[in-house]
Amino acid sequence: MAEYLLEMKNISKHFPLVKANDRVNFSVKKGEIHALVGENGAGKSTLMSILYGLYQADEGEIFIDGKKVNITNPNKAIELNIGMVHQHFMLVPPLTIAENVILGREPRKNYFFVDKQKAAQEIKDLSEKFNFKINPWVKIEDVSVGIQQRVEIIKVLYRGAEILILDEPTAVLTPQEVDELFRMLESLKEQGKTIIFITHKLNEVMAVSDQVTVMRNGKVVGTMKTADTNTSEIANMMVGREVLLETKKEEQKAGKVVLKLENINILNQHKFPILKDINLTIKEGEILGIAGVEGNGQTELVEAITGLRPVSSGKIFLYEKDTTNLKPRKIRELSVAHIPEDRRKRGIISEYSVAENLILGFHYRSPFTRGLSLNFPAINQHARQLISDYDIRPPDKDNLLKSLSGGNQQKVIVAREFYGEPILLVASQPTRGLDVGSIEFVHRQLLQARGKGKAILLVSAELDEILSLSDKIAVIYEGQIIEVINAEKVDIKRLGLLMTGAGTSQRKEIPKKDIEGKTEERYLKNEAKK
Amino acid sequence: MKQKSNPFLYFLEKITPLIAIIGALLIGSVVILLIGEDPIQVYKMMFVLAIGNLDGWGNVLFRATPLIFTGLAVAFAFRCGLFNIGGEGQVYVGAFLAAYVGFTFTNLPSIILIPLTIAAAAAGGALWAFVPGLLKAKTGVHEVIVTIMMNWIATSLTFYLVLVYKAPPTEEMKAAGVQQMIPHTSEIAEAARLPRISTILSSLNIQLPAHNPLNVSFFIAIAAAFLVYYILWKTSLGYEIRAVGYNQTASEYAGINIAKNIILAMLISGALAGLVGTNEVMGYKFRWRQELFTNLGFNGIAVALLGKNHPFGVVLAAILFGILSYGGALVNIFTGGKIPRELIMVIQAVIVILVVVADEVAKRFILRRKSES
Repeated sequence: MAEYLLEMKNISKHFPLVKANDRVNFSVKKGEIHALVGENGAGKSTLMSILYGLYQADEGEIFIDGKKVNITNPNKAIELNIGMVHQHFMLVPPLTIAENVILGREPRKNYFFVDKQKAAQEIKDLSEKFNFKINPWVKIEDVSVGIQQRVEIIKVLYRGAEILILDEPTAVLTPQEVDELFRMLESLKEQGKTIIFITHKLNEVMAVSDQVTVMRNGKVVGTMKTADTNTSEIANMMVGREVLLETKKEEQKAGKVVLKLENINILNQHKFPILKDINLTIKEGEILGIAGVEGNGQTELVEAITGLRPVSSGKIFLYEKDTTNLKPRKIRELSVAHIPEDRRKRGIISEYSVAENLILGFHYRSPFTRGLSLNFPAINQHARQLISDYDIRPPDKDNLLKSLSGGNQQKVIVAREFYGEPILLVASQPTRGLDVGSIEFVHRQLLQARGKGKAILLVSAELDEILSLSDKIAVIYEGQIIEVINAEKVDIKRLGLLMTGAGTSQRKEIPKKDIEGKTEERYLKNEAKK
Repeated sequence: MKQKSNPFLYFLEKITPLIAIIGALLIGSVVILLIGEDPIQVYKMMFVLAIGNLDGWGNVLFRATPLIFTGLAVAFAFRCGLFNIGGEGQVYVGAFLAAYVGFTFTNLPSIILIPLTIAAAAAGGALWAFVPGLLKAKTGVHEVIVTIMMNWIATSLTFYLVLVYKAPPTEEMKAAGVQQMIPHTSEIAEAARLPRISTILSSLNIQLPAHNPLNVSFFIAIAAAFLVYYILWKTSLGYEIRAVGYNQTASEYAGINIAKNIILAMLISGALAGLVGTNEVMGYKFRWRQELFTNLGFNGIAVALLGKNHPFGVVLAAILFGILSYGGALVNIFTGGKIPRELIMVIQAVIVILVVVADEVAKRFILRRKSES
């Protein structure tokens, strides 16, 4: 047996304008968890796509167990026992777990019928072997994201994978689900499976991997034992310069109350409550973090404050002014800025140029509009200024926004929203999908704004982000604020539990239909939410 | 990566209509061969007759004028993400209102009556587009459904109105005891008529036959194209309309009133379609007759598509359709009917299909090149 189960030697892949992979060497031993880290565009995905047969390398060789192989398509990869779990799940919601797993490889009965019993049994066996705790007869649409991810992993195992590639598997999980995932990865490792773990979260690298390979600009910067390194070393290797991982927060006294929510309730069209009696205040120079699993009312909360969604009852005050159910434009004119959670959906117009996007929401005001006409000298001047202030790349105001990277798109939004000197900044998932360098940048901007006495509402699925930036943390669960905690005295374990409904976290793993007692009520509520 | 960095792909994206036109002429030549004629001769004849002399040009631009209006109407709505296929109805109503004003306020002087009649044409079209715009903005009913239904209402309504305002029978008809074969309204006042280009040119000593129908409405159409360009790309209203067309949720986020912009876009679109009345009623037949307008609204969709929903593209596409239509009619006459006029309709239809196909192919090609980079 060869020393390495997988060896990729001198892999190069050129695209018309970039070298995505430049003589990359990447080796993985059997039975290890190997983290592959790097910023967006560093070449991780290209390398894994080459391994999975989605791309062909221009040069280089791949060896599996010492034998040279030629992987021309994903089916070849599956034959070689390589499996990939994508970041976006590819599951059919109305089908059961068993049906999803066997899709395309159905065991037959009498040549014609799908043998669902046999399939379910096989899946049960796999699930028990690796300690996955899943019930093959439940439908995908009834299970949590964490379970769905397990199904994806089972799917890959069912096809006989020995090498598993996981592409940013924790992006969608709660802290508890992340822990569960890591335990499953450990048990996969014990059974001799080999795991390649793509991520840019460094604490996860430290928590779960044996080896770590860092990529930057299409090249491997280094491979080392996880035990021999630390997060700041990895971060510096990724970015190629010193990175401040711990955002330093200046001590600061909070000022007057800027935003005040009083008993805010929002009902959906079926008259089910999405937000229940929300009471919150944010003061000048204060960052209030909203911690919670996505889909517990954060989106609605943000939309209510910014005027994008009417509230059913309750009052919103900006200083003394009642802004409840004002139109978005009115609220913007009161100097409320909003970094939206879904930048493609709300934050940008991807067919518009950088310059046009930088005036979105201000476009009708002086100096950008004179009379009826747009004032292009002012618009272009504004664009050049913000492009240089925020280092938007490439630095060309006429580029369509869709041609920019996610990080630079986000910079456009941040630049625009800070431009109006807001008194309140509502930042929802401000660093989603960004690489380490851009995250650092956005965090610095938020803290600077705090330093200038602005009030900031920070909603994030990244608990670390909430913890490192917030002065106060409000935990939201099923539309209610469970508790508001002073950020300095926070206990992360407890915070995690609160986020999942205080101690009900174990239950959440089980499909809601199967919960005893409250089954009906909860299930119906859930249906109604959809 | 981006369009600018690759001039070839950028260029390719822009010239797909040209590829489609060439493809359509090639397919048309196969049909001509099947009929047993020489395609090169036929095409040569067509283009020489249509644009080889001033009279031909006059006829071509006359036929292009209504298509510029209806093409602009479709393109404008499209920029707001709306598919206005109610051009047909908007043309009927706008033109009828223009005719009504023209034959009713007969004692007004030209300087008032002409602007008033033009405004009536635009207002009629706008009114007919307002209903689908309002329904779309307030209730989300799809504008395609409503505009189609509005077309039928317009057809029936104007047919009823033309009977109400039917022109009195002439002396000859009275003597012969016959009725109008096709109902039409009375003629509009002299003061409401737009001058023919031939009369303008003759004062400059350029000879254009007096029967050439090209009139001032063509310049109104060109002005409308510039106006559309200005509104869409140079005003904050256009910024908002296009923003709504590209991304409604982001527009809402930016404080743009989506309902207002949808209604405004439909109003402007309808007004553009209604202006067809300036050409057919104010500049050509001086009365309303349904057959004058048949299919102008629908052909506007093809023109907008071929013009890539850009006002200047629309003008060029409308002129091409004018060449095909006028040249085709002449070829039919000059070949003694061997080349049917329907051939031209085939070529027009093939152009439309090929534009869609070529666009899609080019888009996929560009996408592939981009995703590889």
